[in-house]
Amino acid sequence: MTGRLEIIREKCVGCGACLRSCPVDALSIVEKKAVVSDACNLCGMCIKSCPVDAIVLHHVTGGGAGLEGYSGIMVAVELRDGRPDRSTLELLGEARRLSGGARRVTALLICAEPGDIPSELTRYGADRVLAAVHPGLEHYLTEPFTAVLAAAIRADKPEIVLAAATTQGRDLMPRVAKTLETGLTADCTELRIDPDTNQLMQTRPAFGGNIMATIVCDRTRPQMSTVRPGVMKRLEPDDSRRVLVERLPVDDGMVAGRSTLLEFIPSVGNEIDLTESEVIVSGGRGMKGPENYGMLHELAELLGGSVGASRAAVDSGWIPYPRQVGQTGKTVQPRKYIAVGISGAVQHRVGMQSSDEIFAVNRDPDAPVFTFANHGFVGDLFEVIPALINEIKRRRG
Amino acid sequence: MKFVVAVKQVPDTAEVRIDHEKGTLIRDGVPSILNPFDTYALEEALRWRDSLGGTVTVITMGPPQAEAVLTEAISMGADEGILLTDRAFAGSDTRATSQAIAEAVRKVGAVDVVFCGKQAIDGDTAQTGPGVAASLDWPQVTFVGRVREMTEEHVICERYVENGVQVLDTRLPAVLTILKDANTPRVPSLRGKMKARTFKPVLWSAADLGLSPEETGLSGSPTRVVTTATPEARHGGEIHRGTPEELAVIMADLLLGKEARS
Ligand SMILES: Cc1cc2nc3c(=O)[nH]c(=O)nc-3n(C[C@H](O)[C@H](O)[C@H](O)COP(=O)(O)OP(=O)(O)OC[C@H]3O[C@@H](n4cnc5c(N)ncnc54)[C@H](O)[C@@H]3O)c2cc1C
Ligand SMILES: Nc1ncnc2c1ncn2[C@@H]1O[C@H](COP(=O)(O)O)[C@@H](O)[C@H]1O
Repeated sequence: MTGRLEIIREKCVGCGACLRSCPVDALSIVEKKAVVSDACNLCGMCIKSCPVDAIVLHHVTGGGAGLEGYSGIMVAVELRDGRPDRSTLELLGEARRLSGGARRVTALLICAEPGDIPSELTRYGADRVLAAVHPGLEHYLTEPFTAVLAAAIRADKPEIVLAAATTQGRDLMPRVAKTLETGLTADCTELRIDPDTNQLMQTRPAFGGNIMATIVCDRTRPQMSTVRPGVMKRLEPDDSRRVLVERLPVDDGMVAGRSTLLEFIPSVGNEIDLTESEVIVSGGRGMKGPENYGMLHELAELLGGSVGASRAAVDSGWIPYPRQVGQTGKTVQPRKYIAVGISGAVQHRVGMQSSDEIFAVNRDPDAPVFTFANHGFVGDLFEVIPALINEIKRRRG
Repeated sequence: MKFVVAVKQVPDTAEVRIDHEKGTLIRDGVPSILNPFDTYALEEALRWRDSLGGTVTVITMGPPQAEAVLTEAISMGADEGILLTDRAFAGSDTRATSQAIAEAVRKVGAVDVVFCGKQAIDGDTAQTGPGVAASLDWPQVTFVGRVREMTEEHVICERYVENGVQVLDTRLPAVLTILKDANTPRVPSLRGKMKARTFKPVLWSAADLGLSPEETGLSGSPTRVVTTATPEARHGGEIHRGTPEELAVIMADLLLGKEARS
């Protein structure tokens, strides 16, 4: 929004209530009157806080290209090994929930060969599948997928476009958003449509999960978000839904690009990526050496999860960097996070504090990790973890 | 060859404290640092300059004090630094930021590669790099874990994705966003530190970049933060002590939940 915040000097009593309400510290009191700086983002929080109604927001409308004529929700489908990724099914569920039955949910399928994918997308919530099919679309490549998604948005005019906040979605969506000169909110964990304004309220963690920001895109369409995998709920598949497929024409020019895929090297093993794991067993400096990670892998496997690490363990060369959780590693949000021999330094904490439940095993009762773990266990990890593995095996027979 | 690195000054998120009542950050006394992810972008640029020849220019957009991150980059070996600073830039989202950086890259001229960090630790968006690439209409390679090969015509990158590595051959000029896996950043050299002592950045305003007020800052930003809140503060829960076997039983109960206890 463009606009201007005005302080009516005659009314202002200099009480400072607005200063405390301002999320961006844009207000100050100068000679007993409030003044507003350039940092103001026109959020209007101060207006509500002012006891004497001395603050008004002047909207400057116009400029933003037509909000009219945009409708429905588009989900950009992501395929992995030729099937819709779990995150796509979650997005379809979320799109249905947002639509409340009132908005059409379109799944945009970009591929070389649709096969039975449209019916799977329909079972999980798509009202309609828009299929862009071309042999040049077999693998994800930035430029062809950007051309197709941008063309689909121009043709279809959805109000909202969602993609998963995966390496694909976070490559594709910002390029498309800039191409269309509209807004994009990254890595959202909560979406809601404001019933009064019809705006998409996009909530996401920022500052290492220290703060949750709610963001709107109020002047341009579509409103675009990437959504963190594993947060939204997929629907129970419904076989009775009618499959409706439309084709989006793709010409050779759209699939031309300046990058070519020379090869794809799949990860060894079939362990799931950390950011997609529901359970993470993380080992820190307390693990003493690489040879001891075997028991963490065993525990992770029993719990259907994967193994993470602190930076101290990564820097010691015990475990590769892609497993590092924290400020300079990955931000994770599993259902259960088990910190083993990790002190809980703040740089580690910011990468895992949004986990649903945190467990900590540490022999030092004063370790900082116990100040934020839901379940603390004081003990020697070399005794506790093997005992836990035995206990789980015993219960499962 | 001509390399540009986009670097950002960020508050050290590990030092940020929160005002739970207001749902805002307390920034007073929080040190500003060079975005840790940008050190890998800078190191990668320096390495390719050292092997292929050419120059490394660092660009940052921010308030006057953001000069500090340029000085740090100079001490590590960058050749030049440009500070995009203007009150008109205040409140820029990733669209407005990427446009300003792209215009600066155009103004520098004849650039072969723009290196960005994977993401900034304050906003965590990872959107600026692709935005710059889109503005320039250059190809992009994001999440680069290793740059294998580079010539004046092309670059071969390993792009780390969830289930493996894509090896991509990309025509230059291009924008690359670099992961920590790519390298280990060097420490400032004595020569670098000497150079940093007298370093003065080139200053460019919105007008210098040919940007109109509508394209910059809040007006040029389609997204807007309407509220901020703090996630519920975490408090330590129960702390269990006992023999390893006792602890294992409690943990198994909590971890397995409904699964039968026998
Ligand atoms: C800019 C910056 C970025 C950083 N980014 C990250 C990041 O992304 N991720 C990260 O993790 N860190 C990061 N760090 C480092 C962070 O500050 C800590 O140094 C690190 O997290 C410590 O790792 P740790 O807990 O494994 O090791 P330590 O702090 O050494 O803790 C080891 C713990 O193990 C316990 N222990 C030892 N033996 C046993 C045993 N037998 N049984 C039970 N418990 C035992 C000890 O009591 C201790 O609490 C960063 C630092 C900086 C400056
Ligand atoms: N204000 C800025 N000045 C220079 N570079 C920036 C700025 N903001 C972001 N970048 C670059 O873009 C990357 C991604 O930032 P972000 O999109 O904010 O997560 C950073 O690692 C920097 O390389």
